[in-house]
Amino acid sequence: MSTVQTAGRAAPPGADALATVELPDARLDRVSSNPIFQTLVRERTRFGLILTFAMLVVYYGFIGLIAFDKPLLATKVAGTASLGLLLGVGVIVFAFVLTGIYVVRANTRFDSLAADLTRSLAR
Amino acid sequence: MSRSHTLGGLAAIGVLGIAATAAYAAGPDLGNVTKSATNWPAIGMFAFFVLFTLGITYKAAKGTKSASDFYAAGGGISAGTNSLAIAGDYMSAASFLGISGLVYTSGFDGLIYSTGFLVGWPIVLFLIAERLRNLGKFTFADVASFRLDQTSIRIISATGTLVVVAFYLIAQMVGAGKLIQLLFGLPYLYAVVIVGALMIIYVAFGGMKATTWVQVIKACLLLGGATFMAGAVLYLYDFSLEKLFAASVQTHPKGDAIMGPGALVTNPIDSISLGVGLMFGTAGLPHILMRFFTVSDAQAARKSVFYATGLIGYFYILTFIIGFGGIALLMSDASYFKLGADGTTYDKLKDMVGGTNMVAVNLANAVGGPYFLGFISAVAFATILAVVAGLTLAGASAVSHDLYAMVIARGRTTEAAEVRLSKIAAVGIGIVAIVLGYIFENQNVAFMVGLAFSVAASCNFPVLLMSILWRDTTTWGALLGGLVGLVAAVTMVVLSDAVWVKTFGHPVALFPYANPALFSMPLAFLTIYVVSKLDNTKRAQRERAAFEAQFVRSETGIGASGAHAH
Repeated sequence: MSTVQTAGRAAPPGADALATVELPDARLDRVSSNPIFQTLVRERTRFGLILTFAMLVVYYGFIGLIAFDKPLLATKVAGTASLGLLLGVGVIVFAFVLTGIYVVRANTRFDSLAADLTRSLAR
Repeated sequence: MSRSHTLGGLAAIGVLGIAATAAYAAGPDLGNVTKSATNWPAIGMFAFFVLFTLGITYKAAKGTKSASDFYAAGGGISAGTNSLAIAGDYMSAASFLGISGLVYTSGFDGLIYSTGFLVGWPIVLFLIAERLRNLGKFTFADVASFRLDQTSIRIISATGTLVVVAFYLIAQMVGAGKLIQLLFGLPYLYAVVIVGALMIIYVAFGGMKATTWVQVIKACLLLGGATFMAGAVLYLYDFSLEKLFAASVQTHPKGDAIMGPGALVTNPIDSISLGVGLMFGTAGLPHILMRFFTVSDAQAARKSVFYATGLIGYFYILTFIIGFGGIALLMSDASYFKLGADGTTYDKLKDMVGGTNMVAVNLANAVGGPYFLGFISAVAFATILAVVAGLTLAGASAVSHDLYAMVIARGRTTEAAEVRLSKIAAVGIGIVAIVLGYIFENQNVAFMVGLAFSVAASCNFPVLLMSILWRDTTTWGALLGGLVGLVAAVTMVVLSDAVWVKTFGHPVALFPYANPALFSMPLAFLTIYVVSKLDNTKRAQRERAAFEAQFVRSETGIGASGAHAH
């Protein structure tokens, strides 16, 4: 329990994983009670859940329309292309954009919070 | 040298079978195909690919010393490279040939698959990718068993992994044999043995490094070939999608109906269940999850998913254009069809030479001539090879790292012994895959990829997600939950139409849907929740107390082991 594994150090394969990662209780408390840590975790978890929910709504909305309102999707919107076609491609683009939004937010806000946390722990 | 003889009717029936139960369009069930004339340009280009990748394997083998090198390419894969490898794992021959074929026969319906296969990636990114990288070392069982009992959790994770790998591998081997018969004119058994032998060499000698680079090269070739083909189609229609669609609607026997939803989704429950399986199965596929340990840190893991989502989405849009190109360019050209008794008539949807899964291949000939046809055929073979290598590595890791090192030897083994066992396991899995591929030649394997996704969604994913995110998860909860999910998914598929009726010959299916995930996945989550809540053993209390340390590390990476050797 008292061994400290320095960050970035590879654990020997085959060793009990738990033993190599156990932080000493004092240091652990310092991290988990750190307000920056709490902000980071709260914001990131919330953001991840909101985006997950958005993806679920869009995808199952699309599947729901296919299952329950086929004529709507067959409606013409631009020449020969149907609404369903645009929505289908839209789901693909949406999934990509959503991952992009997450990455931008993580690269700026979450990574800077993580850097603040590291600085605050080093003090 | 093989004679070209046709069993066109059978091929068409097999392919229609896919369109009907297209739940598994992703599965490489190419129906009953027939051996065609030996295709020398394709064999030549494939031989070049094999020589090149064997060269890479040789180089990788020299650089593969530690366990970290073997399982995780030393953690030295960049985000860009990893994203190509992830995309490569996903762009199987079946999603290239199967989805373009599905677009060819049913138009819009092909999009239902494309979207289903893509939407799992955002979920992987938002919930799993970074935490997995922060907690894990080589396999997802490392993460799931982080604070839980090593023996139990590794057994259930390794079982989930091996079941997924087995079904996926059988489907790929059978698909490979049939496809190669068709593309190269090689006998089925030769094809299966070549695929099996090459995947053993890549994995046993080159480990994750070789497996990754084979996948990356193939992904570039496939993306390049598909881009050229879609570009050529658009060029012929003045880069106007409207002109392409208009020409397609005019040529296709179903006319304007191909622009809207067709017969693919008739049962809402089944389509939602398929969606659940595809979406969450992605987040539980062991050969994909392993890729997150090959990058240096959580940031790189995050970027990999973003790029991979873009690449996969782009690829699916290309297959859609290729499918429509097939309608517009091939349907009116009798030379791509087997003609009826009168020598002039043919069914545009059923009589294509080699079946509708050959739309992309025939289109390659139409837009690029015989050498481009050879190129696309070689890429299709390379695709299968790269995917089976990834699966074999995931299976071998489960055997050596999870079952041998952690369960049997209980951590008292050396790195060298563990890696040696991985190589032996890779050879074993390869041989088993060849034998199973041979045995299953004439069996219906269409349900197997769907089953692999369902098991991944119902066993691996719940165990992984709950152990990472929910403090109260205990060993008993995760173990029983994973077991219930695994057994439920397999049982429901066995009792469904595809197996119970079509394979065993019973009159009625006992499980009414083709896809079990909508039922088996929640069942697994519920079991984990209830059992964990009821579990008040000493060990359970210890495991809950250990969550804090895991939580800090999963969120910040503090204490995370870099996968790279020092």
